[in-house]
Amino acid sequence: MSDFFTMSILVATVASGIRLATPYLLAGLGETVGQKSGVLNLGVDGVMQLSAFFAYWTVLETDNLFLGSIVGVVVGIVMGVVYAVVTVVFQAQQGISGIGIFLFGLGFSDLMFRRQVGTPRPANQLPELPIPILSDIPVVGEALFEHSALTYLAFAMVPLLAFMLRSTTFGMNIRAVGENPQAADSLGVSVAWTRTFAILIGNAMAGLAGAALVLELGIFQPNLTAGLGFIAVALVYFGAWRPAGVMSGALLYGLVAAVVLQWKAQGIIPRGASDIAAMAPAVLTILALVILAGRVQAPSALTRPFSRH
Amino acid sequence: MSDQVMLEMRGITKRFPGVIANEDVDFDVRAGEVHTLLGENGAGKSTLMKILFGLYQPDEGEVIWQGSPAEIASPSQAIEAGIGMVHQHFMLVPTLTVAENVALGLNSGRGPFTDLDAVSDRIRQISDQHGLAVEPSVDVWRLSVGERQRVEIMKAIYRDAQLLVLDEPTAVLTPQEVDDLFEILRRMTDEGRGLIFISHKLHEVMALSDRITVLRNGRVSGHTTPAEASREKLAEMMVGRAVKLTPDRPPVATGSPRLEVRSLSVQGDRGTRAVDDITFEVKGGEILGIAGVSGNGQREIAEAIAGLRAPLPGSHISLDGQDVAALKTKERRNMGLAYVPEERMKDGAVADFSVSENLILVNHDQEEFMSSGLFNFDAIRRHCTELVERFAVKTPTIDTPTSSLSGGNIQKVIIARELTGDPGVLIASQPTRGVDIGSAEYIHEQLIAQREKGTATLLISEDLDEVLGLSDRIAVVFEGRIVAIVDAEDATREAIGLLMAGVVEPTG
Repeated sequence: MSDFFTMSILVATVASGIRLATPYLLAGLGETVGQKSGVLNLGVDGVMQLSAFFAYWTVLETDNLFLGSIVGVVVGIVMGVVYAVVTVVFQAQQGISGIGIFLFGLGFSDLMFRRQVGTPRPANQLPELPIPILSDIPVVGEALFEHSALTYLAFAMVPLLAFMLRSTTFGMNIRAVGENPQAADSLGVSVAWTRTFAILIGNAMAGLAGAALVLELGIFQPNLTAGLGFIAVALVYFGAWRPAGVMSGALLYGLVAAVVLQWKAQGIIPRGASDIAAMAPAVLTILALVILAGRVQAPSALTRPFSRH
Repeated sequence: MSDQVMLEMRGITKRFPGVIANEDVDFDVRAGEVHTLLGENGAGKSTLMKILFGLYQPDEGEVIWQGSPAEIASPSQAIEAGIGMVHQHFMLVPTLTVAENVALGLNSGRGPFTDLDAVSDRIRQISDQHGLAVEPSVDVWRLSVGERQRVEIMKAIYRDAQLLVLDEPTAVLTPQEVDDLFEILRRMTDEGRGLIFISHKLHEVMALSDRITVLRNGRVSGHTTPAEASREKLAEMMVGRAVKLTPDRPPVATGSPRLEVRSLSVQGDRGTRAVDDITFEVKGGEILGIAGVSGNGQREIAEAIAGLRAPLPGSHISLDGQDVAALKTKERRNMGLAYVPEERMKDGAVADFSVSENLILVNHDQEEFMSSGLFNFDAIRRHCTELVERFAVKTPTIDTPTSSLSGGNIQKVIIARELTGDPGVLIASQPTRGVDIGSAEYIHEQLIAQREKGTATLLISEDLDEVLGLSDRIAVVFEGRIVAIVDAEDATREAIGLLMAGVVEPTG
């Protein structure tokens, strides 16, 4: 038991928590942008799945991690176009449409994997890129500054998106169409385009999240995400529609998951109980949601399609 | 007032499947005048304004703006042309600041950013110039209704609107706020702007208008001016027949108190004390009017009496002398309580149910409608057919979905249901809000008739004319307290208006 508290294991656990948090953070941030504009996307998990497969397949074929990540983003955007057409142009029910996107992503990635790859083969993994100087700081350096490029990018997106939402005209339009689309429309703000761009940003980030997940592991398997995208949606509520809040949620989730993994590896958690322990992050998130419920108001127009008449 | 015509709408016709919303409507506005558009719900006012705003295209007719034919295809084109609109339901984003709300949709700025400092400066400048007090940096959700309306007007002036449409702008204001608003509007006409004022509050129409155009069933039923018209004449032009605006109230001997409320305090939705230690009683044969601006505890009072909201400890409510604290809504109803809620479609009726289903919503479990646990449809049909006839509900059949009826007829369905079996105590919340004049007249008659039958009525209304016209006594609420209870005979609009704004003058 006391082994856990040695410095090196603590550092490794924190580092692994940050690594595990990355896909949650990317997907959660993207979902935040979409929800701020009034669009709930429950298909995040399916998008991640599909992006993860194509990113993996690209890297398998080309050994090019950068290209793999880009492909992940592009697949996300393509799915975003589909989702925008369904929910913005045709104003379909967002909840049901999102589940459709999820099921498509799950099924199609599975099919493509079986047809094109068959048995799991390892692909190149994202390399750790220690940041010069910062990574030399004792303890903190190893935990925080020896990560992959996508992890750095994910955390850099937190202030960037917060700034975008708060201080740019586009961000103001997103907030307006998520709260009162009629008002925005009456002033000549295009609700459809604003929501469409917000969806595309969200899906691009979900795609990147899928790429980050699979390229960190270096291997793909059907249902790789195992519901990760749904947790990301929950983290948006947990984070009260603020990028920093979503980051706290993703970190909490990642760190708890890392601790559970570490304890399992060390045998601190008895074998029989490990499945129960694996639920800890989810249970924590649900508890947090229950406690926070009702304290923060969701964007008023969330899930409500907009039409003029 | 100059004679320069800013806007001319000529021979406007707009058809929808099965309905002619506007038929050969002529309407114009001159610079510097207030031209009122008056008419019942469904008379075609909003269709005409939606055409002006580019939300609809007319089937026939033309819009001439500043001397030349205008093709207005969208609200943003209308705004660009200099036409602004203050919507009845404010078009504001509560989570954005005043400056952000004003700047929304204007591509004024530096690249991807909006220069909110510049916007704020210009807002302050317009504020000073027009007497529109608004603080640019405040989030809109913090503002009072009157302030929000000033933000709406600010949005229009900021975009340099020469013509401003005001759709029922006074519906949510206190009489004092209405005075302030009219002051602001007069300054705007002095500058040569034109105003289209849409309202059904006849005394306001008389006070503010230069000219009045009345619409009925999609057609212009007449043009007039306040000098030529009277409230009664305007109502007649709207409805097409003589209308009694103030119902006759024969004297009625009041009985013993049937509803007693003592030290009632109730928590509101936001956890605040929405009703704070109020005490009143209503006798049989009496109508007690509750006057006040929306959101001063009226809804909570009604819901507490109806048993839909638990009062705070120390509160007492009794019906016919019996404490009902421990009784559920159903049990209170069985004691003779009836409730017409303010949210007609949310709390008063099930929209998707048929007229007959809504008519028996509260008493379908009574013996006369049930036999061995099943509905007795014959008895239900008889009962509902009779109610529909007696209350003059205009509906194709009693099986028609309630949602397809007009607001006035839906309200008649609810009133018919609640007055079934002559309730001892009736709570009527906003009984005629959004209801056409004809139906309102009818509903008022029913409330008066019920008073003669000995019902104790609590009439909650934001319509001061309604409260003054129907009540025997008037209680004015402000911030959850009753600031005064006065006899209706001694009450004046002005005095009640001041009380509604929380101004309590020292008595005696």
